[in-house]
Amino acid sequence: MTTRIVELRRGILKKNDELAAGLRANYAAAGVLVLNLVSSPGTGKTAFLERTLRELRARGARAAALVGDLETDNDARRLAASGAPVRQINTHGICHLDAEMITKHLDGWELGELDYLFIENVGNLVCPSSYDLGEKIRVVLLSVTEGEDKPLKYPTMFNSADAAVVTKMDIAEPCGFDRELALRNINEIRPGIRIFETSAKTGSGMEAWLGYLEKARAK
Amino acid sequence: MTESLAAHKGARVVEVRLRVGALASVVVDSLEFCWGIATEGTALEGARLVVKTLPVVMHCTACGRDVELEGVQSFRCPNCGEPCSDLLQGRELEIDSIEIDDGQEAG
Repeated sequence: MTTRIVELRRGILKKNDELAAGLRANYAAAGVLVLNLVSSPGTGKTAFLERTLRELRARGARAAALVGDLETDNDARRLAASGAPVRQINTHGICHLDAEMITKHLDGWELGELDYLFIENVGNLVCPSSYDLGEKIRVVLLSVTEGEDKPLKYPTMFNSADAAVVTKMDIAEPCGFDRELALRNINEIRPGIRIFETSAKTGSGMEAWLGYLEKARAK
Repeated sequence: MTESLAAHKGARVVEVRLRVGALASVVVDSLEFCWGIATEGTALEGARLVVKTLPVVMHCTACGRDVELEGVQSFRCPNCGEPCSDLLQGRELEIDSIEIDDGQEAG
């Protein structure tokens, strides 16, 4: 038997990466800032995004959202109440969004008419980290009801993020949330990352977050 | 892989070599467990799977060196202790190469 080695050096997610590169070029050409929001289920991505969309619209910005869930269009309906264009992506069992789903669901939307596009990923801190959606900013969210050591448990996700948002700060105290420890752990996995401590309920921390968005878009 | 195989008529894949970074979110044991099931009845049936895991390598701006991290619990330079954010290696998930048997007798 004679055998030989064929060098491939091919990324297993090459197809996704190529589609994401195409999306990234489209977003840049349209001048829309695209963010990919990732967290565990129940962190409060939707509540945070509802408030973000509402406040951006109040400032005259044009924002839209794509929202991923295994089933139901509950989140899309909640987000659409802000008045922003919203589309639901049902993955029917798939635990993450990929670039092909995004491409398909953007069909018919004029990206040039948007300032911001938010992609709310499926609640999962593992698989979404491997799928590039062409976003400019990956935002990882962590709520005060989760363990402060979550960044250490899910280093890939936290290390691949560009910004971190701590949610539900209004109930930090009754939850016994150790703020210093949580911030230290985030920094240990992703040194120097911008961290926003927010409450979608009271609106605390939203001003800094919106300022960050406006600055990122102007870049 | 099947594409590359099509270019070599009558060939059989003997071994598949992957490169998997420490931050690729891939559990090598699970991958090996699934390999046999996933390849059953395909052109890759019976092929060996060899996984090479790659540690995280960062560029440390403080000491100007490329450094290998021992784990993924702290992104600090093992030499100087400063935090590092320039990732050079660790997210790979790729097919490095395949070994094929041309189906011809050695001669």
